[in-house]
Amino acid sequence: MTGSTYLDHAASSPVLPEAAAAMAAELGRPGNPSSLHAAGRAARRALEEARESLAADLGARPAEVVFTSGGTEANNLALLGARAEGRGEVAVSAIEHPSVAAVRQRLAEVAVLPVHETGHLDLDRATGLLGRRTGLVSVMWVNNETGAVQPVAAVAERAHAVGALAHSDAVQAFGHLPVGFARSGLDLLSVSAHKLGGPVGIGALVVRRGVTVVPTGFGGGQEARLRSGTVPVALAAGFATAARVACGRLEAEARRLSALRDRLIAGALATIPDTRANTAEPCSPAIVNLTFAGVRADDVLLLLDAAGFDASTGSACTAGVHQPSEVLLAMGRTSAAASASLRFSFGPDTTTGSIDALLGLLPGIVERARSAS
Amino acid sequence: MRVLAAMSGGVDSAVAAARLVDAGHDVVGVHLALSKNPEAYRSGARGCCSLEDSHDARRAADALGIPFYVWDFAERFAEDVVADFVNEYASGRTPNPCLRCNEKIKFAAVLARGRALGFDAVATGHYARLESSPAGVSLHRSAEPAKDQSYVLGVLDADQLRHSLFPLGADTAKAAVRAEAAARGLTLATKPDSHDICFIPTGDTAGFLSARLGRRPGDIVDERGEVLGAHDGTHRFTVGQRHGLHLSVPAGDGRPRYVLGVDPVRNTVTVGPKQSLAVRVIEGIRPTWTGQPVSGAWRGLVQVRAHGDAMPATIEVAADRVRIQLDEPAYGIAPGQAAVSYDGDRVVGSATISSTGA
Repeated sequence: MTGSTYLDHAASSPVLPEAAAAMAAELGRPGNPSSLHAAGRAARRALEEARESLAADLGARPAEVVFTSGGTEANNLALLGARAEGRGEVAVSAIEHPSVAAVRQRLAEVAVLPVHETGHLDLDRATGLLGRRTGLVSVMWVNNETGAVQPVAAVAERAHAVGALAHSDAVQAFGHLPVGFARSGLDLLSVSAHKLGGPVGIGALVVRRGVTVVPTGFGGGQEARLRSGTVPVALAAGFATAARVACGRLEAEARRLSALRDRLIAGALATIPDTRANTAEPCSPAIVNLTFAGVRADDVLLLLDAAGFDASTGSACTAGVHQPSEVLLAMGRTSAAASASLRFSFGPDTTTGSIDALLGLLPGIVERARSAS
Repeated sequence: MRVLAAMSGGVDSAVAAARLVDAGHDVVGVHLALSKNPEAYRSGARGCCSLEDSHDARRAADALGIPFYVWDFAERFAEDVVADFVNEYASGRTPNPCLRCNEKIKFAAVLARGRALGFDAVATGHYARLESSPAGVSLHRSAEPAKDQSYVLGVLDADQLRHSLFPLGADTAKAAVRAEAAARGLTLATKPDSHDICFIPTGDTAGFLSARLGRRPGDIVDERGEVLGAHDGTHRFTVGQRHGLHLSVPAGDGRPRYVLGVDPVRNTVTVGPKQSLAVRVIEGIRPTWTGQPVSGAWRGLVQVRAHGDAMPATIEVAADRVRIQLDEPAYGIAPGQAAVSYDGDRVVGSATISSTGA
């Protein structure tokens, strides 16, 4: 495919050139950051600089940043390892990423917090489900399928009001929206590098000072004894550099991408019959989710792929077969609608031209896909 | 041409797709997910529904540089093929699920979806040959008789064949296909052939049916109705079967006895000597034609199983019924099987066997 247009940044965004350069520099030298010799010290220094830079962009203290292998591990660690003293129950929203939702299914005491049909947490009903047993409340900052921004500061407040800890999966928020950890009131926050132009393979769990997390893996006791294993310095440097670039231009990019998001939604609703937007304000500037009634989402993806557009359904697949989106089901959509929905997600290379080209093709593609199902 | 290559994860369909790419077609690979529970088939015998197969198909598509998708036809397959298979056995007939899958899934549901999406044809790795002429497309036996699979394609009609491609049928021996796969760097070149029914990877058809139809004990009788033994369910028996009868009364003449008939209504299995299995007349229903519908009587060849012989016969078609008079008697022909008729090496059509006579 020549001239392909990548509209799947929420799955993974290309590594920014600045991040690639930072990684290349680190990959060129030896050293385990835990070693005491000169090479080890140099590696340790680069690692701590990355941590400090990242902490600054997260609105957190450096000591609160625990590097992990990515968002999934950070979420697992929070869900399995963090509870308010003496409490076992975990309360999670119904629209969490599989790295939270799948952990939830392994836990004995769970409360599932409902969402409105807009995809936003139903804060009143959610609050009613919290109580004396609640040990941890976990609500994502931005939903990975719809882009809906969740009221995490209010969640943190309600959690604390019943004496529970509050965690948020901010993987789709960091780099796209202002994420101030200290200001948010949260106790724990998960982030990932490759959603904002950093490398795949590194993320972090931000742990408020004084909050105890029990490790889930064991070894050399790196990362404040919370996450054993040699820390990949080059990946950390790439992560910090990408975050610095993304956060530096966050406001301008958010303005630019919001306009593209609104353009795509308005254009699709105007030109394609029986279309519904699953992305409602407040929402991420970079994610659009649309239902084209009567299609198989896979067929639309195939036709878009053939036309040079990379998009996604945003939901998990089993052996390459897409399942109806659990997120859209939780928002009250039918199974048919949840199987007829696609996600388009934007990044630095997304332009008005990409959106207009997409809008030029979509009506015909949707019509063809409808005839195939 | 825009071609949808059905890729099972086996060597044949991978080489078929490769040849279409070489020929300059715009090829997209699809693997059909036919099991609702793919993990269950992960290990054990080769089927066409395992995760391993979908992985192998994907790797072949990678090597060919073509897009690849998995299409979920598990529900259709469960209804049209698996449930049909069980129901046919429950009714005392012997179905061929591969033929049914070609008829209902690969060259029907998949082809229709592909055509709606803008594809011109579906390609598979079947060993059969298509010939084009001004009169249309005709289906022929493959050049390599040992691998010929025209029988399982005998249910396709002219419209389906017009939108089908069988790149392996023209000139190919199986060993040559494996060598070609290896030369192309396809890692599945050495993968074993599949033989079993894909949804029964253990090969235990009787066990599969018993799990779904239960245990229904009844009598095993001879041709006069004399009880010779007991059975656990008529679905465990097929006409022509010799083993697993466990008869308590030995045969008077000491010769082996065979299943002659299965009657699920009376819940009996009838057994007798080989000569009682002889069939000269086959009655068929639901005829299908690879070209223009045929009527009247004509001389041709008839084949009743995938690797069976082509038997000379007079074939007579009236209304929606087919009557086949074999020149020489044949043995072990069961209702439910497909009778595929040939004119030389050209497939004329098929019918489902409804009854047989001596």
